[in-house]
Amino acid sequence: MGYGGRMSRFSFLGWPVVRQFRSGDPLGRGEAVTSPRTRAITPRTTTADRVVQSVCPYCAVGCGQRVFVKDEKVVQIEGDPDSPISRGRLCPKGSASEQLVNAPGRQTKVLYRAPYAKDWQQLDLDTAIEMVADRFLEARRNKWQQTDGQGRPLRRTMGIAGLGGATLDNEENYLIKKLFTAAGAIQLENQARI
Amino acid sequence: MANADCIVIQGSNMAECHPVGYQWVTEARARGAKVIHVDPRFTRTSAVADKHVPIRAGSDVVLLGALINYVISNELWFKEYVLAYTNAATLVGEDFRDTEDLDGLFSGYDPGTGQYDLTSWAYERKEGAEATGGYEHGADTAARAAGHQYGSGGPPIGNPRFEQDRTLEHPRSVFQILKRHYARYTPEMVREACGISPEDFDYLARTITENSGRDRTTCFAYAVGWTQHTLGAQFIRTAAILQLLLGNVGRPGGGVMALRGHASIQGSTDIPTLFNLLPGYLPMPNAGMETLQQYLDAIASPTQKGYWAAADTYTISLLKAWWGDAANEDSEWGYQYLPRITGAHGTYETVMSMLDDEVEGYFLFGQNPAVGSAHGRMQRLGMSHLKWLVVRDLNLIESATWWKDGPEIASGELKTEDIATEVFFLPAATHVEKAGSFTQTQRMLQWRHQAVRPPGDCQSELEFFYELGKRIRAKLADSTDERDRPLLDLTWDYPVDEHGEPDAEAVLAEINGRHLTGPQAGRPLSSYTEMRADGSTSGGCWIYTGVYADGINHAADRKPQQEQGLVAPEWGWVWPSNRRILYNRASADPDGKPWSERKKYIWWDPEQNRWTGDDVPDFPVDLAPGTPSDLDAGGAAALAGDDPFIMQSDGKGWLFAPKGMVDGPLPTHYEPQESPVANPLYRQQQNPARLTYPRADNLSAPSAGEPGSEVYPYVFTTYRLTEHHTAGGMSRWLPYLSELQPELFCEVSPELAAERGLEPYGWATIISPRSAIEARVLVTERVKPLVVSGRTFHQIGLPYHWGVGQDAVVSGDAVNDLLGVTLDPNVQIQESKAGSCDIIPGRRPRGAALLSLIAEYQTRAGVTPETGNQKLTGPGRASGHETKEN
Repeated sequence: MGYGGRMSRFSFLGWPVVRQFRSGDPLGRGEAVTSPRTRAITPRTTTADRVVQSVCPYCAVGCGQRVFVKDEKVVQIEGDPDSPISRGRLCPKGSASEQLVNAPGRQTKVLYRAPYAKDWQQLDLDTAIEMVADRFLEARRNKWQQTDGQGRPLRRTMGIAGLGGATLDNEENYLIKKLFTAAGAIQLENQARI
Repeated sequence: MANADCIVIQGSNMAECHPVGYQWVTEARARGAKVIHVDPRFTRTSAVADKHVPIRAGSDVVLLGALINYVISNELWFKEYVLAYTNAATLVGEDFRDTEDLDGLFSGYDPGTGQYDLTSWAYERKEGAEATGGYEHGADTAARAAGHQYGSGGPPIGNPRFEQDRTLEHPRSVFQILKRHYARYTPEMVREACGISPEDFDYLARTITENSGRDRTTCFAYAVGWTQHTLGAQFIRTAAILQLLLGNVGRPGGGVMALRGHASIQGSTDIPTLFNLLPGYLPMPNAGMETLQQYLDAIASPTQKGYWAAADTYTISLLKAWWGDAANEDSEWGYQYLPRITGAHGTYETVMSMLDDEVEGYFLFGQNPAVGSAHGRMQRLGMSHLKWLVVRDLNLIESATWWKDGPEIASGELKTEDIATEVFFLPAATHVEKAGSFTQTQRMLQWRHQAVRPPGDCQSELEFFYELGKRIRAKLADSTDERDRPLLDLTWDYPVDEHGEPDAEAVLAEINGRHLTGPQAGRPLSSYTEMRADGSTSGGCWIYTGVYADGINHAADRKPQQEQGLVAPEWGWVWPSNRRILYNRASADPDGKPWSERKKYIWWDPEQNRWTGDDVPDFPVDLAPGTPSDLDAGGAAALAGDDPFIMQSDGKGWLFAPKGMVDGPLPTHYEPQESPVANPLYRQQQNPARLTYPRADNLSAPSAGEPGSEVYPYVFTTYRLTEHHTAGGMSRWLPYLSELQPELFCEVSPELAAERGLEPYGWATIISPRSAIEARVLVTERVKPLVVSGRTFHQIGLPYHWGVGQDAVVSGDAVNDLLGVTLDPNVQIQESKAGSCDIIPGRRPRGAALLSLIAEYQTRAGVTPETGNQKLTGPGRASGHETKEN
């Protein structure tokens, strides 16, 4: 711990106050309290292969982020000083967003729960999408409403609903709205209603 | 906000919920601005404000109405601004009756339907000036005028030839109606209803008025503390009226600022994953709009002023973007491909449909309703009725696992082996694993570049839904069924990269729109004013047109702030047309000169004959001040040189809303659905037009004075913490954030703790008519008991981020389980900022005993589905209680 091996050999020069003044760090926030180990450490940000500009995914302030990538892994996410909105700052959530990407509990595999099953099972992604497409069409058909009581066209299905979008990209919301509307699935909602 | 001289933060804990945005409040304060925080709790926002004003949750309209009254009675309104830029001088028809006349109701209320007929709220039309083209101004019922039926321009009011009295003395002028409406909203009333002392009120009133006018501006900021009420939209309207009176709209440091909580919640409203809208605030057609012409007529009259008059060009360009060649003149541009709505189909209606087995499949993408929506039990039970559920998320959120570890499994209401619902969990890509744009709370689109590939099976929504659409279309390829034509004719062909990921920029280009014919065919549109109704242009969201002008992705503009001025126009792109402040024509006086040197922003340059300044002018750039209105021209051409509100059909800021709000042309104070306090202003207790759902699984507590109200004597209000994000899907799985805020707690005052025997850091159980939850007790003077109507009144604060499940790093009871479903009639948002409860020491019972505790309280209070759901209240009033949406 602490100030290297010098503490074991008693020396007045090792006293914190003396150290602080000798090293030009009177407040004891820099050189005077830096251990050899710390000195040897290089920030992940300096060894990254590339830096990618991004935007914080949490609230709607829209703080700029810089994403540091090494060996095709995100190694750090920091505030972007160039952003006129945030000027380099991030809150605790934005500062933790590297962990959002690399969270130990993050699910990266498709899971499927069959009717009445007590637990998940693995499922191939391609099979899952195929099953969802089949169910989408079946539900659309089962709950189709062509006209209302007065014979006016409705051409919609009440069998499918969707919730989400406030955390997604504009382009994603656009495709979702386009597909749902073309399918007649009107029950599409997101956090803005909540 | 950095330009403001006074900032009132009300209904928001900005310093904790938007900490980085708060730096601009700090900047303003460092330059001498006053910051006032009005909130039930003392928070870190209060700690760094000049003053904290504690308020009873749900009483904001009384406070804001009293400020309006103060401004009018003390002649402190900005006369030149109000006269020129608002509808203060316009006369309202003779049939209008105010809530002052009808004891809490406006004219036109139908107790049978619980809705208003808006006819009597209309402006008085000039003699001989008919509403042309069948636009029956005002003649509409709330069912048709509801917010879910109109876009941002509100309903059309036809040709704006209305009677005016420029002296503002006519008793039927908007100004005089406004004055009478708020005459009883006094400092004494504020003390009685809000628990705010006359001294605090005086401080607030003086500070905002001293910091408004030619030289100074005041800004209001709010969040869901204003929206989540049965009259939430009217809370915001009240602030808008006050800001118009003070001349604080369209000017630097002014406005009413919405602080939104999700990275692209603005974007998902603009390009709406919402049932009632099409992109760019065009309405979803309803069953009554059988033809394209009927649809367009309902949006805007070509004879009205402003840019909504060109809604046909926006609509047809959208239809061209979606259906390409199939959208042609013979097919009404594909209008018949659009499904129709019939009333409200909001998320809460949908959950009730699930309980009725009307919904088979449900997609959740980045949302966790089992925790984040009101009435968690109803959400989870609704999902248990589905045939299939697709959850697309980063983590195994509670909405994906309720069938094995949800609260209803624990209580015995559900058994895993009895639940037939198929559940697909499909892992999603994070924000750095895909490219795309977010639209933040000030309407700025900012592009994110992809940093890395998503791991494992993780996919972006773009890839998943593109793929799903392709497969659905392939399965239908041989269909001859007419109902499949909209899917088969859909333009659904985007370039993909070598991993199958669609090119998000190609989607942005479609959203922006392009010329389809003529010499410029294929070229991206530069402005929505280039859109045409003849099929020669396409564009998926007209307000976003320009983001891809000249084929350049302006959302990705990244000129460093150090190299730009404060407006920073070359960072991202703000809709519409990269304008940073809306209605900024109002930053100059009617002659086009800045109101003051200090607040100079946009002005008329007589030498160049055009508007100029620090921002993109939000006005026809060559429309000179003093130009009279050419009412026969219609649309933007009908705007006068002093009509800054270019999206309003009369070019004016609306103090009085003759249409567009279904529960009143002026905001009026009503108590929350559940309130221990009797409405001190009218015998009408709650908003008579609110949407109620009287069901055995959605009981409400009795309100003030009713028998049983003492069983749930306290008010709870919900909120967020800095370290968590809404329902926790993006925070409770992160060890860092979980460690910072590990556990649910309730904030109670020392007085309430003493009254109920609550031990600091011990457990408490909070019981509402819907559920009971447990939380750690945080005894703090941050929550002050208020004296309201002569009695001491306790509030309980509850952060709502936790949920019951086994997968997150931290879990806990879901606060939203306490909430019921009663909605604002304009926007169908639930009331979650004020509800009635009891609090007792100790942990809640487990298993079936939990249900017994809830039932015991319900019995003791005598609540039934009728309780609290009478639309009309007070002696001698007939009561209709059922809400029926047609």
